[in-house]
Amino acid sequence: MRRLGQAALVVAGVVGLTFVVTRLVPGDPAVAYAGPRASEAELAQARERFGLDEAVPVQLWNYVRDLFAGDLGISLRTRQPVLDDLALAFPASLELVGTALFVAIAAGIPLGVLAARYKGKFPDLSVRFSSMLAVSVPVFWLALVLQTVFASNLRWFPVAGEYDAALDTTSPLTVYTNVTVVDALLTGNWPILVSTLHHLVLPALVVAAYPIGLIAQMTRAVLLEEAGQDHTRLERSLGFGETSILVRFSLRPALNPVLSLIALVFAYAIVNGFLVEAVFNWPGLGRYAADAIRSLDTPAVAGVTLLVALLYVLANLLVDLVQGILDPRARTR
Amino acid sequence: MTAALHRLARTDRLAFAGLVILVLIMLATLLAPWIAPYPADDPRPVDALLPPGAEHWFGTDQVGRDVLTRILYGARTSLFIAVSTLALSAAVGVTLGVVAGYAGGWIRDVIMRVTDVFLAFPALLLSLALAVVLRPSVTTVIIAISATWWPWYARVTAAAATSVSARAYVDSARCLGVPAPLIVFRHVLPNALTPVLVQLSLDAGGIILTAAALSYLGLGAQEPTAEWGLMVEQGQALFTTDWWVVTFPGLAILITAFAFNTLGEGLRSILDPRRTVR
Repeated sequence: MRRLGQAALVVAGVVGLTFVVTRLVPGDPAVAYAGPRASEAELAQARERFGLDEAVPVQLWNYVRDLFAGDLGISLRTRQPVLDDLALAFPASLELVGTALFVAIAAGIPLGVLAARYKGKFPDLSVRFSSMLAVSVPVFWLALVLQTVFASNLRWFPVAGEYDAALDTTSPLTVYTNVTVVDALLTGNWPILVSTLHHLVLPALVVAAYPIGLIAQMTRAVLLEEAGQDHTRLERSLGFGETSILVRFSLRPALNPVLSLIALVFAYAIVNGFLVEAVFNWPGLGRYAADAIRSLDTPAVAGVTLLVALLYVLANLLVDLVQGILDPRARTR
Repeated sequence: MTAALHRLARTDRLAFAGLVILVLIMLATLLAPWIAPYPADDPRPVDALLPPGAEHWFGTDQVGRDVLTRILYGARTSLFIAVSTLALSAAVGVTLGVVAGYAGGWIRDVIMRVTDVFLAFPALLLSLALAVVLRPSVTTVIIAISATWWPWYARVTAAAATSVSARAYVDSARCLGVPAPLIVFRHVLPNALTPVLVQLSLDAGGIILTAAALSYLGLGAQEPTAEWGLMVEQGQALFTTDWWVVTFPGLAILITAFAFNTLGEGLRSILDPRRTVR
């Protein structure tokens, strides 16, 4: 309950901050909407339409009231409600980041276990070295390099996009969730499913690089901490092998900090995905945000910001909940 | 100091390598005007896009400038951004954190909730929004990243300051009538700084990456400033035909961030064996 209250406070703060930031953006939103050659009357009309003629506190009040009604305003660029735009862009981002995080967990935790098992030996050093590289590589550059090498030159993977556009005519996709992979699976649309997965490989790998490194480092560190605990000595004296001690006994308590890390990384990966989406022309939030920023589309920028901040808060709440299940000690708090 | 270096070299080769690389980068930064083979901004369209060779080790860019020279000068920009950002965000974060930790009660609650709000804001996104507001420049990058980075220091410092404030010597100082500001800055702050120092070295790499990303998006350093992210952005259209214009600046970012990260990791294991994980 206390956590929920705190989360609500944070959300309220984020709403306020978003409002302030959007007010700071230079340029008159009315001009952006009505066009540079609009007459004074048209401008006044646009101002009235967006409530820009009201006093700032009234504007804030209107903004909050609209938010509660699920109204994020109308994008100045696409002229669609921001909520609808987000509903289209967010699933694509979720698809990309979800795949990337899945890869990161599937690769990062075993790598961390491997490093901890052979501490100070060659596997440990190479895992530490490569995970350090993974967290130090600039994502936009990695995206460009992989795209040029594996898509443009070797032609193993498509250069950009979410799936082959020609498939829209040969096997059109029925949309339920807007997450293309899920929709294709649900409707048994194999051509689109295969094409999407094929398009996903490179961008997902780039987004996964940072989380893989972080998760591997964290898993290794926590496992090594567990190795000094009494229970490890007990298990060793009972004749369990080193590997089974790590995997069967140490991994479960170690998963806890790794889990909270994943929540942090999730929000980070969504934003990091922005750069990757720009390079691979992925139709997600990042591309939407980049276009919005370039065209000073204030409501759209505010919408994206709010959504990502909400996701961050939600992910943290979720972690607290799951931690209570994984670790009984955390429950009483 | 030398003892710590020896220990680092023996126990953590990776961190030691990071330190050596950093020292080299700093030397390159200081000596750029003398060791760079060409002037910083000297476009020679005749020499545009020459591949790497004896004349130009890393080739030349689209307007005929030596890529190696631009990278050497780019190190200045990156390190300047990193150091300024760290100083600015640590100044704000540490001050708020130590006040929160010492005062406790509602003051602490208010400061920590504000910190939570800023933490929930994705760093790159807030930086993007601010960079749009403030017009693209190196200063903008510094302000924008600091705005999203200080909460980490506030949090770390508050935690350390809270535990320091509960010590007996702080109590006795209070009983002796030492004024609160003096207690905070003379007694609490110095003893709460270690985790912040570790955090600073760990963060430099992340800041260099974020700054490069902002410049890559066109929201940071502008021509003719040499900046690695900007160089990648300008070269990306030519990547398939002239690989060197993108590859070398990217490697420079990677190596610098790598050096900071390994060094930070090594310092953490020496200074703070209990590992504070954020």
